[in-house]
Amino acid sequence: MSAAELTADGGHEMPLSEQGPAPKQVVVGYGFWLFLLSDIVIFSALFAAYAVLSDATANGPAGVRLFDRQRVFVETVCLLASSVTCGLGSLAVQNRNVTNAYIWLIATLALGASFLKLELSEFGSMMAIGAGPSRSAFLSAFYTLVGTHGLHVTAGMAWLIVMLTQLRTLGFQPMVRRRLFCFGLFWHALDIVWIGVFTIVYLGAH
Amino acid sequence: MSEYPIPQGLAPGVIARRHATWRSYLLGFVAALVLTIASFAAASTNIVYGPSVPLLLGVLAIAQMGIHLIFFLHISSAPDQTNNVLALAFGVFVVGLTVFGSMIIMANLSHMMPTIGRLLEMQR
Repeated sequence: MSAAELTADGGHEMPLSEQGPAPKQVVVGYGFWLFLLSDIVIFSALFAAYAVLSDATANGPAGVRLFDRQRVFVETVCLLASSVTCGLGSLAVQNRNVTNAYIWLIATLALGASFLKLELSEFGSMMAIGAGPSRSAFLSAFYTLVGTHGLHVTAGMAWLIVMLTQLRTLGFQPMVRRRLFCFGLFWHALDIVWIGVFTIVYLGAH
Repeated sequence: MSEYPIPQGLAPGVIARRHATWRSYLLGFVAALVLTIASFAAASTNIVYGPSVPLLLGVLAIAQMGIHLIFFLHISSAPDQTNNVLALAFGVFVVGLTVFGSMIIMANLSHMMPTIGRLLEMQR
């Protein structure tokens, strides 16, 4: 939503104290921003646990033996590209372009799904060689941190499917646009958390 | 672009300028991709002096987070973004406190912890 729309109700000449509450878009966006920041605080606790336990391998396999950097790079590019398609999708929603909105949002969904598929195949191949979450404190912390991020991506995809349905049944109502806007913030924030994950967990493995 | 600053501020992610926005996503994508490739290259090859790799990775990660905030979440230093930036600053503060606080305390505890041999000696 552009700034011009937000100020369409006028009232610039009035002093701030007489202007009443902020537009709903601002209130919803700011509230969701606060939620995202507290979500990132949850991740910071998991990152701290991982950083502390990353050497506690209990004679089990260490990260550098388990992680496949090529796969992680493909995962990273998938998530980054999905962040961009999500942004282009919200631009299409803003311009009320139905076809483009569907194209970009479905592309976001597909890229998110391929990210998740790669992550699950990684977990599967690790568990197949006995490196499950109960093997060592290091692996418990790893599965908790990366798994929580994966759960967020899963939840985001479920949300996106709901939003695509709402776009189909309700169209570009202000309510639907606000929700899609919040979804965009959520998806970009997940990508920011992933930067921390691939830097600290995968590239920092030793 | 709006003529007036919005007194109540803008929501995060709201783009004040309507034109040139898809370019912002594309520019962000290219910049983030370059930083990602740089991170993976620094960690997987011998281009960079070994002991300095972790520091470089940290710098590249923080730079990429900045790129995401600016180009994807459209956080800026504009006056109508003050609320968002303040909330972000508090978030970063809590994250830093949690991560670095935990690491310092745990490293300190591990430093103070006597080894098994020392413990057995103390029991005698």
